[in-house]
Amino acid sequence: MTDSVLPQSLGDSARGDRWKPNRSLSKLTQKLIVLLFGAFAFVSVATTIGIVLTLIFETIEFFLEVSPWEFFTGTRWSPTFANPRFGIIVLLCGTFLTSVIGLLVAVPLGLLSAVCLSEYAPRSLRAWLKPALEILAGVPTVVFGYFALLMVTPFLKTFIPGLSTFNSLSAGLVLGFAVLPTIASLSEDAIFAVPLSLRQGSYALGATKRETVTGVVLPAALSGIVASIVLGVARAVGETMIVTLAAGQSPTLTLDPRSAVQTMTSFIVQITKGDAPYGSIEFKTLFAVGMTLFVITLVLNFFSFWFVRRFQEKYE
Amino acid sequence: MQSQTSQSSPVVDTERVFHVQNTDYYYGSNLAVRGVNLEIPGNKITAFIGPSGCGKSTALRCFNRLNDLIPSAHIKGRITYRGVDIYDKQVDPIELRRRIGMVFQKPNPFPKSIYDNIAFGARINGYQGDMDELIERSLKASALWDEVKDKLQNSGLSISGGQQQRLCIARAIAIEPEVILMDEPCSALDPISTLKIEELMHELKENYTIIIVTHNMQQASRVSDKTAFFNAEATEKGGKVGYLVEYDDTQKIFSDPQQEQTRDYVSGRFG
Repeated sequence: MTDSVLPQSLGDSARGDRWKPNRSLSKLTQKLIVLLFGAFAFVSVATTIGIVLTLIFETIEFFLEVSPWEFFTGTRWSPTFANPRFGIIVLLCGTFLTSVIGLLVAVPLGLLSAVCLSEYAPRSLRAWLKPALEILAGVPTVVFGYFALLMVTPFLKTFIPGLSTFNSLSAGLVLGFAVLPTIASLSEDAIFAVPLSLRQGSYALGATKRETVTGVVLPAALSGIVASIVLGVARAVGETMIVTLAAGQSPTLTLDPRSAVQTMTSFIVQITKGDAPYGSIEFKTLFAVGMTLFVITLVLNFFSFWFVRRFQEKYE
Repeated sequence: MQSQTSQSSPVVDTERVFHVQNTDYYYGSNLAVRGVNLEIPGNKITAFIGPSGCGKSTALRCFNRLNDLIPSAHIKGRITYRGVDIYDKQVDPIELRRRIGMVFQKPNPFPKSIYDNIAFGARINGYQGDMDELIERSLKASALWDEVKDKLQNSGLSISGGQQQRLCIARAIAIEPEVILMDEPCSALDPISTLKIEELMHELKENYTIIIVTHNMQQASRVSDKTAFFNAEATEKGGKVGYLVEYDDTQKIFSDPQQEQTRDYVSGRFG
């Protein structure tokens, strides 16, 4: 009580000696806790900054040897050849192809399952279907990759002529199923969170269930749905094992889903599998490709952040 | 609906908009309100008052069958709307709700523009006329037009709570219902917004029949023509069951109630 600047309380004599708070100890504990948690927070932030700085420095090194002009406009990719070429467009095209095929599967199916789970499925069914969906998201992607290579590709070969063993179609389809739970689960959360009062307001106007879902509930959940799709896109772009195993390792500039392609991620796998000596051009290429991936996902995240901020409705 | 009405009931009741006959309201096997008998007159404001948990909201939500959204909710008895049993299998609750609009306790505008908040109900009900004109007419009828006429494309959530509630009233009257149910429409509003809504109700009763649930006894005495007082009593199982104590002209309920309980309640002795 001695270090308090507050006036002594009037009833002090009556309160006697029963109240003796150890204020200096509580203050010390408080400071220690802040320090401890601050240190933990610092580690994760510092790691991120470290990664980004490494990426930036090695990418600068790379561009000292390779002109940005060739990197962004070249149409051939062969950094390990005697006559190396560095046209990132080839890898971007591979990533684009597999991601688009994947999203063509994941977005419609994901949204439909989200609407179905949230609005139409009985509560009891939702109670076990939703966790099941989230388990699907936890299946290691290497399993999906082998499934694509050993099951889906042979099956597709039976009716698609000219399908090569490694192809972006099969990889993209399976990639879609790997991303689907992310989109479905997060959109379902957004749809389910739409307040009951809005649904009641719609029904009270004589709306049917379908009119309520399409006219009120989905627009109200739009920001969450878009966020889930953006996250799905980021996952598809960054997905590694499925495309490495099923889409192949041949960097080809093509939009033909039947042929083999190489994505940015599978290129990184290819180089790190072998032994690229430190400081070699292959080694620096890794970082340049990594930087490209990082920038793409960063832009997606910024977009998602902006969209959610712009369109999120605040309900009480 | 029109043909259906005349088929199932040759005698159309014009005096009584609703007639509740010996009706019990249930949630699952729990009896929530028992034995209600009530006649709601047309073009009047009828207030439901009573302490929390007495089932006045439950009774209100059965008039447009909004309680159907709760799977376990059901009634035993008979509620007729102009002579037609609204719980009859042939009655489509979607049709019924188009005729019987509702305004909720908390303003619940859709996350759309002010314009689309009103246009939504009109579109789903197949409105063929001039939409701009309907929006203007509805907003004027709900005394909101002057405040929002320059920002119809702004979000319905961007205006104040009192304005949102009048937007919800505009939305309800845009589809030209015959009855408007109001479930404590002013409980989330400040006194000035409340006053505006009450003035609005006086204007609306020329064209609509209004049933309002309110916790506020002064509000009931100010706005309503008829008042129904509900009370609740404890059951053996530890729950509560509501019942209608007294139903009469508002003036009579507040000045010369016939029941002891009503007198205690309106004089503020409990509740």
